[in-house]
Amino acid sequence: MKEKVVIGMSGGVDSSVAAYLLKEQGYDVVGITMEVIPRNLEFEEREGGCCSLSAVNDATRVAAKLDIPYYVLNFKDVFESKVINYFIDEYLAGKTPNPCIACNKYIKFDEFLKRAKVLGAKYIATGHYAIIEKDNKTGRYLLKRSKDEKKDQTYVLYNMTQYQLAHTLMPLGGYTKDKVREIAREIGLPVANKKDSEEICFVPDNDYARFIKERRPEEIKPGYFVDVNGNKLGKHKGIIHYTIGQRKGLGLSLGKPVYVIDIIPEKNLVVVGDEKDIFKDTLYAEDVNFIPFEKLEGEMKVTAKIRYSAKEADATIMPYKNGVLVKFETPQRAITKGQSVVFYDGDIVVGGGIIK
Amino acid sequence: MEKRFVYMDHAATTYTKPEVLEAMMPYFTEQFGNASSIYTFGRRSKAAIEEAREKVAKALNALPDEIYFTGGGSEADNWAIKGVAFANRDKGNHIITTKIEHHAVLHTCEYLEKQGFEVTYLDVDEYGMINLEDLKKAITDKTILITIMFANNEIGTIQPIAEIGKIARERGIYFHTDAVQAVGNVNIDVKEMNIDLLSLAAHKFYGPKGVGALYIRKGVKIDNLIHGGGQERKRRAGTENLPGIVGLGKAIELATSNIEEHNRKIKSMRDRLLNGIMEKIPYTKLNGHPEKRLPGNINVSFQFIEGESLLLLLDHYGICASTGSACSSGSLDPSHVLMAIGLPHEIAHGSLRLSLGDLNKEEDVDYVLEVLPQIVQRLRDMSPLYESFIKEGGK
Repeated sequence: MKEKVVIGMSGGVDSSVAAYLLKEQGYDVVGITMEVIPRNLEFEEREGGCCSLSAVNDATRVAAKLDIPYYVLNFKDVFESKVINYFIDEYLAGKTPNPCIACNKYIKFDEFLKRAKVLGAKYIATGHYAIIEKDNKTGRYLLKRSKDEKKDQTYVLYNMTQYQLAHTLMPLGGYTKDKVREIAREIGLPVANKKDSEEICFVPDNDYARFIKERRPEEIKPGYFVDVNGNKLGKHKGIIHYTIGQRKGLGLSLGKPVYVIDIIPEKNLVVVGDEKDIFKDTLYAEDVNFIPFEKLEGEMKVTAKIRYSAKEADATIMPYKNGVLVKFETPQRAITKGQSVVFYDGDIVVGGGIIK
Repeated sequence: MEKRFVYMDHAATTYTKPEVLEAMMPYFTEQFGNASSIYTFGRRSKAAIEEAREKVAKALNALPDEIYFTGGGSEADNWAIKGVAFANRDKGNHIITTKIEHHAVLHTCEYLEKQGFEVTYLDVDEYGMINLEDLKKAITDKTILITIMFANNEIGTIQPIAEIGKIARERGIYFHTDAVQAVGNVNIDVKEMNIDLLSLAAHKFYGPKGVGALYIRKGVKIDNLIHGGGQERKRRAGTENLPGIVGLGKAIELATSNIEEHNRKIKSMRDRLLNGIMEKIPYTKLNGHPEKRLPGNINVSFQFIEGESLLLLLDHYGICASTGSACSSGSLDPSHVLMAIGLPHEIAHGSLRLSLGDLNKEEDVDYVLEVLPQIVQRLRDMSPLYESFIKEGGK
């Protein structure tokens, strides 16, 4: 009997082509769109938005074209508690969260995998650009960079466990985006030219500050900008509006450019300083996950990336307290609490954690 | 066991009966004339519409002039509620409805609240029945409309429509009922039941989709909803859906000509299925009223499981069912109806609606009774809730 794979379909090019490739490879493919946007948040449809009702319509058309069963399942409650509330709480705590990492950890590779198992699937699949490979020497599953380095999405996948990796297929890992679009056109997928979605899927028009304000108006309080010595320099609109390294939109006129260098949520303060103050060579991360091995036992040389769009930099990681200490060879700009640091050894994802 | 295709979602929609389709066919290709045209070819189309109107009137004990064709049940609900509300604003701004209405009614009422109307949403008891005393108490001198569904689409509960009608008529308040689920399943007499407005949709009684009707008692003050040409005696603009209307007429004639016989057959299959489910699957609860319910409706909650997965697995076995109304985007929120009858969130999530109808045979019942207990058990075996329940000794 064919092995059953449940693929998460967003209606976009990537997951559509992934579904097609799996079907070509002989799997029994079932498409599912996870509905995650709370009812009261359904907003103006945007092109490229990944969870909207138009996404459902697109995915329906693609599934019909591929002749695979297709369903829409409700993940709203768990998404609300594990992603949206986390996102808001982090900002209110002066951090800058990455909701996609939370979604992958708690929704796609946890709840979704569980639901797929209930439906009798052996695997789930996604349209991520990454490669999952079994290391026959150690018997462990590895996560590796995709062939298309520009599209590589391993950064948001570092939390995957061995169980999750063993039960996940990522058929696009060996393709470039251009090739994927070409396949979409060849097989006449209706979504071949759809724009990539790069926004926060649950925040209308990407204005996250307004989104938080609407949900927790009483928790956003104006406060003060201070310098490193604690001198008040002006008023800020609430700490959720700021992130480390930010220069624009501060509303300060001090005769020289200043940058956000720290946020102190307990005192509702935003610390500003010179550009040199936002360069640091050490960080500490918790909620750490490692992939090629269970536990980091000693020092290890890696390349590390402190945000999705950051360049990787040479660093040494070592166990420290409940997490890991990362020492960069050159100082990094704007190391930001709440973002994830992800470690690589060549093309292999070593692991990562959340910057404290 | 051989896989079957079993359609048990007649409350979502029904197939169009061959006799109905046959009656409609000439009006697509041969007799396609515009019913508003002067010439004979157009007049013939007009005659067909009037014949259908007569059939609908007969089915409800209304006058033909009290029947207006619409683009379906939702349009009829919207028209009745908005039309009465806006036309009677000088008398008052209060509307009474229930918490278990179809969204075509609920969302229309919510819209009217934004327009300055006040709406009372009556509670229902554990069976989904309204309390007539609550209704009486809710009435104020500003009340202009009571809108309460005839029979609920999810749990099948049939409301005391004649009693509601009496209360409304005595007080000079308009009474609208959404009878979309009731037509063909319950005898309806708008005169005897004191109904002022009634919505129906053809595709729920073996007619085509996209056509419905609103009964408006003569003398009811109501604004138009769809403005334009002078069709439907200047009340509902738009070139008539000629084949659809003909189909609706034929379908309502068939559906109401033999309600007792039809109900006896459906109800006997329904009861066998329901009894079998209750017997074979422990920790199961019937939702809705044990007797005062639609003949084909089963709505049950299986503890410890989650309805979406249940539906998908049933689909895998070729069984079409639903957990609630089919009118959302295809994904499921906990049903407002099940919440209103007081089910806890997690039990409401594990609910299943099977609605039987003319497409079903006794073999379908056998098949579902074979498949469903296995699926429920499989889901329970994977459910952490069930695991801890069993560990605690099944208490």
